[in-house]
Amino acid sequence: MAVTNALAVDVEHVGFKYPGNPDASFADLNLKIAKGERFGLFGPNGAGKTTLLSLMTGLLAVDKGHVKLLGHEVGGQNNEVNKLFGFVPQDFSFYDELSPVENFAFFGAWSGLKKQAIKKRTNELLDILGLDDVRDKQVKKFSGGMKRRVNLAIGVIHNPVILFLDEPTVGVDVQTRHAIINYLLELNKNGTTLVYTSHQLGEAEGLCEQVALIDDGKIVAQDGLNKLLKHYQEESLEHLFLKLTGKDYRD
Amino acid sequence: MFKLKATIIKDVKVLLRDKVGICFMFIMPILLVVVVTSIQNSTFQLVNKNRLPIIICNNDTGQSSKQLIIAIGKIGLFKVSQVKGDESEKSMADAMHQQDAMLGVIIPSNFSSKVSAKSKSIAGKALTSFGLQGETAKPAGDVDPLTIYYNPVLQESIRLSVQGALRSALQMTESRETLRSLYFSINEKELPESLENEMLNNKTAINEVPVSKDGTRSTPNATQHNVPSWTIFAMFFIILSLGGGIVKEKESGSFIRLKTLPTSYAVAMLSKQITYLGITMLQAAVIFSMGIWLFPFFGLPALNLPADFLALVVVTLICGWCAVSYSICVGVFAETHEQANGFGAVSIVILACIGGLMVPSFAMQGFFKSAANISPMHWCLQAYYTLFLEGGKLKDVLNNLIPLFIITLLFQFLTFVGLKRKNLI
Repeated sequence: MAVTNALAVDVEHVGFKYPGNPDASFADLNLKIAKGERFGLFGPNGAGKTTLLSLMTGLLAVDKGHVKLLGHEVGGQNNEVNKLFGFVPQDFSFYDELSPVENFAFFGAWSGLKKQAIKKRTNELLDILGLDDVRDKQVKKFSGGMKRRVNLAIGVIHNPVILFLDEPTVGVDVQTRHAIINYLLELNKNGTTLVYTSHQLGEAEGLCEQVALIDDGKIVAQDGLNKLLKHYQEESLEHLFLKLTGKDYRD
Repeated sequence: MFKLKATIIKDVKVLLRDKVGICFMFIMPILLVVVVTSIQNSTFQLVNKNRLPIIICNNDTGQSSKQLIIAIGKIGLFKVSQVKGDESEKSMADAMHQQDAMLGVIIPSNFSSKVSAKSKSIAGKALTSFGLQGETAKPAGDVDPLTIYYNPVLQESIRLSVQGALRSALQMTESRETLRSLYFSINEKELPESLENEMLNNKTAINEVPVSKDGTRSTPNATQHNVPSWTIFAMFFIILSLGGGIVKEKESGSFIRLKTLPTSYAVAMLSKQITYLGITMLQAAVIFSMGIWLFPFFGLPALNLPADFLALVVVTLICGWCAVSYSICVGVFAETHEQANGFGAVSIVILACIGGLMVPSFAMQGFFKSAANISPMHWCLQAYYTLFLEGGKLKDVLNNLIPLFIITLLFQFLTFVGLKRKNLI
């Protein structure tokens, strides 16, 4: 599928509610993410971040409206659209009985790569993410930080144009977080659009240039990070977050 | 094809690293086959080696009771020992307990005199009807009943066999007395022993011939019966690994990622079918090999493979495919690991019961006899029995394979519906 000049992600008048739940998660949501952006999506627990990511990646189907990636409609088992993006879920999404090499071989094949391409990317990723020494060891014996790196590597094995990341650094030490963020910045420099959610707002400030704050199924603010901070006269994303979403518990 | 190959490699590697799953799929069924065959082999040998211990409390001093005891011994089903005691139930229970006997019989004190009186009465009636005796035969009362005490662990089928054997011995004793009375009344001398034996002892032999389709005369034994049936059970036992594995995959994060990748989940399903079909074939090969080469070392009869090896492979393939299809179907519909394992384990035991693996389906009554037809294990078992016990060929098992194939397709269809409903394909 050709990569067009359209928006990386275009969410148009999306309505969605979970079956059996009368309250709509989204009534009429609109969100546009340009190609090459480092986009952060933030909100309290239950605000709808994961639901929105699921709609963007086709894990959930919209009730109304459209979700388009690079101009192509998401959903309906559209395998060609699925080749355009990578997804790094918050949960460890691999087979921990297998080694990194074995996981890459399987997920690489499912991502549409051929044998030689998988081998090449495997060596690159193991090297970049510091996993070469443990390439043949079972992932279940890895530390949390190493598992996070494996989780990320599988998401980018096919060099996606858009990368969705759901809390990619949760539970890791400073060194691993630093390595992951640096790698994501490197990917973005090479043209990959990043769509990122996290509760690590300090980390997000360093990574994201565009942000959207979501609460109760609605986008309450969206712009460049610096512009938003200036507009709301806040010194950090965390303060801005509390100002716009309140200090009450949400779950 | 490359995706399928990669998925099969992944499935095989995940499976090989699941030691508990391998144990469930191979070690447990193998143990089951060995244990059940050994136990059933003992039952098969009940008549020849392991006779039922019976104690007899003879309160009678006459000849008829002695002849009855001899007749019981000659049946060949019992190991007879005699005890002295009264006619009370407690006395017999104590005696049985002390001698570890499964059965006890009390012969009443007036047994011989009652048998003798009854025999004379019958002989008199017979002579009168022949017109050989003028005076009317004196009526005699019935012989007091023999009482059989039994250990409650004895199954009804064995109790019925015991009752039939004792009735036969009793009949022999009473017939002997009647014959002697008749002879004495006519000839006024004792019946010669040689004539008595000739008249009473049944000289007509009963030959047992196992019916086979290929004309061979291999005698069925515990191995031929049990190895095929428990191989089927082992194949369906993969539900614990496969059904649970699908749910585990659905519950894990990897499933979320799989759904976002440009590959249909049908590839994963096809890979599981191929991988686990291989496992079921391996299970059958291992269990059959054990039956052939290892069973003799345990003192069990060796397994004889059917002459039509191609038919055996075809039946095993379709049985395995059915087991795999059922396991995948349960795995797709189950929401939790507990549901898959709980429902899976219980359902295969139920299917095995109604399918005739535990109790032969010919011995079932009414509803259960019809219900056997819905169990895939029933059709698998019938096909295996046709090959292993009747010497059948591929054409002989087609009427078993067709229903099995239809049931398998039904499981496949249900799986497809489940995957569609969950938006997985």
